[in-house]
Amino acid sequence: MSKHISSLAPSVVVDTAAARVAVSQMIGRISLRARGDLAAVGQAIGVELPTQIGARAKADGIEVACLGPDEWTVLVSLGQIEKVEDALAALYPSLPHSMTEVTGREVTFTIEGPQAVELLSIGAPRDLSTIKVGQARRMFFDGATVVLWRDAETSFRMDVWNSFASFLATTLETGAKELAAELA
Amino acid sequence: MIQIHCPYCGETLPELEFAYAGEAHIDRPESPSAQTDEEWAEFLFMRQNVKGPHFERWRHLHGCGRFFNAVRNTITDRFYITYKAGEPRPDLATLLEEDNK
Ligand SMILES: [Zn+2]
Repeated sequence: MSKHISSLAPSVVVDTAAARVAVSQMIGRISLRARGDLAAVGQAIGVELPTQIGARAKADGIEVACLGPDEWTVLVSLGQIEKVEDALAALYPSLPHSMTEVTGREVTFTIEGPQAVELLSIGAPRDLSTIKVGQARRMFFDGATVVLWRDAETSFRMDVWNSFASFLATTLETGAKELAAELA
Repeated sequence: MIQIHCPYCGETLPELEFAYAGEAHIDRPESPSAQTDEEWAEFLFMRQNVKGPHFERWRHLHGCGRFFNAVRNTITDRFYITYKAGEPRPDLATLLEEDNK
């Protein structure tokens, strides 16, 4: 397991009538690249790998999103990291693939509230309505590459690399306050 | 803003998610050490610099991450087609004809 560092501690970034943004608890993250017998890879992880870019799957607390034609991000509890790593390592001789634990690389923001979509639109050039509930996308947000998970119409998670986290937190804080000011 | 269709994602997305990556369909010589300096320079540096429909590479940098090919008009910025890396070069006359319909 890599050394776990995180630039932002779990906390509320901003909480307004428009949107609430918080930094989540640390979770395990694995970057996975694989081709070929994806069923075997899914079996090792314990979740069937979705193959449509943007699609997600979840089982036994392990959550997977398909980011590219041969790329997935895998979210697991800290206690499950070793189990998943061992299962993939056992598969490696028969099915070479790339598995990298990136737990310490990112933090996750939760973004929710009546104007969560408006808040995201200040930094995202893409049409957010094309990301359906239950999907995820890697995308551009205010100069950084992020992974956005849409959990409900107005409830999102955003995985952000540490080096961008405090900057994006400021963007989200300013945006949430401005949107709330417009409501007032 | 230009909208670009990513053939891997199957979505048409803003230009900001993409990065231009130069002329397409340039094969790296099989054995570089067998090349003369002139041949190698030709491969490394010489490009067509087309005015009009141009076969070029793009990368969906802030998305799926994949490189793909496109035919774009360098005057109008119109994209006639985008297609996956490794797929054959489409026929330009057919593309332009389709586009005129
Ligand atoms: Zn793409």
